[in-house]
Amino acid sequence: MVSAEPIIDINHLHVRFGQQQVLRDIHLSVPRGQTLAIIGESGCGKTVLLKTIIGLIRPQQGHVEFDSQRMDRLNEQELAGQRTRFGFVFQNAALFDSMTVAENILFPLRQHRPKERAHHQEEMLQRLAEVGLPTSVLGKRPAELSGGMRKRVGLARALIMQPEVLLYDEPTTGLDPIVSDVINELMVRTRDKYAVTSIIVTHDMKTALKVADRVVMLYPLSRIEQDASQTIFDGDPAETESSSDQRVTQFVRGEAGDRMLEMHEQGAT
Amino acid sequence: MSTGTDNQNTVSPRRGLLGAIYHSFADLGAWVQNVFETLGDMTLFAWRTIVWLFTRLPRRETLFSNMYQIGVLSLPVVALTGTFIGMVLAVQSFTQFRAFGLETQLGGVINKSMLRELGPVLAATMLAGRVGSAMAAELGTMRVTEQIDALSSMGANPIQYLVVPRFLSCLLLIPSLTVMAVFMGVVGGAGYCIFVLDIDIHHYTSNSRKFVENWDLFYGVAKSVFFGATIGLVSCYRGFHCEPGAEGVGNAATTAFVQSFVVIIVLDLFLSIFLDTIYLAIWPASPMLLGS
Repeated sequence: MVSAEPIIDINHLHVRFGQQQVLRDIHLSVPRGQTLAIIGESGCGKTVLLKTIIGLIRPQQGHVEFDSQRMDRLNEQELAGQRTRFGFVFQNAALFDSMTVAENILFPLRQHRPKERAHHQEEMLQRLAEVGLPTSVLGKRPAELSGGMRKRVGLARALIMQPEVLLYDEPTTGLDPIVSDVINELMVRTRDKYAVTSIIVTHDMKTALKVADRVVMLYPLSRIEQDASQTIFDGDPAETESSSDQRVTQFVRGEAGDRMLEMHEQGAT
Repeated sequence: MSTGTDNQNTVSPRRGLLGAIYHSFADLGAWVQNVFETLGDMTLFAWRTIVWLFTRLPRRETLFSNMYQIGVLSLPVVALTGTFIGMVLAVQSFTQFRAFGLETQLGGVINKSMLRELGPVLAATMLAGRVGSAMAAELGTMRVTEQIDALSSMGANPIQYLVVPRFLSCLLLIPSLTVMAVFMGVVGGAGYCIFVLDIDIHHYTSNSRKFVENWDLFYGVAKSVFFGATIGLVSCYRGFHCEPGAEGVGNAATTAFVQSFVVIIVLDLFLSIFLDTIYLAIWPASPMLLGS
């Protein structure tokens, strides 16, 4: 159920790495319970936006409000507390190599609720069942798992603290179509079961169409005019196909368009 | 298509001799700025590590596994190199000492050198090479594969979780490694002098005892603590600031060793001067140097 009240409010956000500007004047409001897909071609700043939301990257200008609290005004301890209300599924799962699957999933609980140790095992098994993994993987190291299994372990770890917001960074990248659909189904089920707010960064239109309530498309700053908005689409996923903006339809259909001509020109110079 | 960033970053190209001088100064300025930024960043990193060290102790299992990696697994290599350094010292000094008929005093030279200088520096070098590079590579890989970001995203502090146990293990275990290097160097040197160079055992041991004091042991161990802290901080810092890709991880490991070694050598000079000054302040009449 999507409420009108925003849980995440991004205002006037600018992010730069050295001399290179990645995000410029981003405004975005995410209502509680909404599933938002942020799409766009590689290098447009989707992952940077996701990491800025959770405070892993500090913006040069602008700010992110989470549950009406400005993230940039929190001290280290307060920020750590707020982060427990998020779950982050990383692109390559980012599981800890030195730990087993069980230790990976339990890590947030051991870190933040060490006194409730008696319930840890039960919680872990429940999350493991939710992502459809057998208990036989618990003693394995991440290196022994397939890409899809690692993503599911990553999702189980993100869910263990029962977060209010789930952030997915390219959840289906590098997976075959069947496993990709399994991950999409898991995202839908998670959304329905926990009524969690989700932000999915992806360039997989199947994921965006299947899971999201809303799509925002970012465009790389290197390809737009200095005063143009970086957000070129914000609306219903079904409307992306019929957008009047050619850049949106080109991305959705996966057409190279004038890019081949540009490549030839660049190759000639 | 014009771009926002391209327009901002355009620097008018200058050509000819003036242009070359201009660019040289610009490069030098950028390098100096980078050095100061890195130094400031390293200082902040060290400060945060020390604050976390006193705020919350690392978990026992994390600390012990690091201690095992850093301390226990380094012992054999430190012992082996210590033994050979002691023997090499004997080989190098023997000819010159025999020319003056002082070969029975070799024990004093070898033991004092091992205790004050070679033991701590050798243990630190081995630790920087074996453990420092590995720590930088491990943390660098964690940075590149977003594991450090994952820690932060779960509300854990990466410095508290990853740096403090490694720093503490280096700090606590380098004195033991130093004592081991010294002991093996003393034994190696004595063995070579007595059994190979055929120096009289009685004179060798009595001269060794005459020139070596408890202060010398303290001297070496005290220095080693600073070396251990340097290795822990520099290696973890390099790992945390690793550039992306396999090359970035490789560079982090190499830079961690090189920077740790340079800092150890520079620190060694200043610590030696400082500790000698303290010694002379406490025992002004005591003979500090060999033969004085």
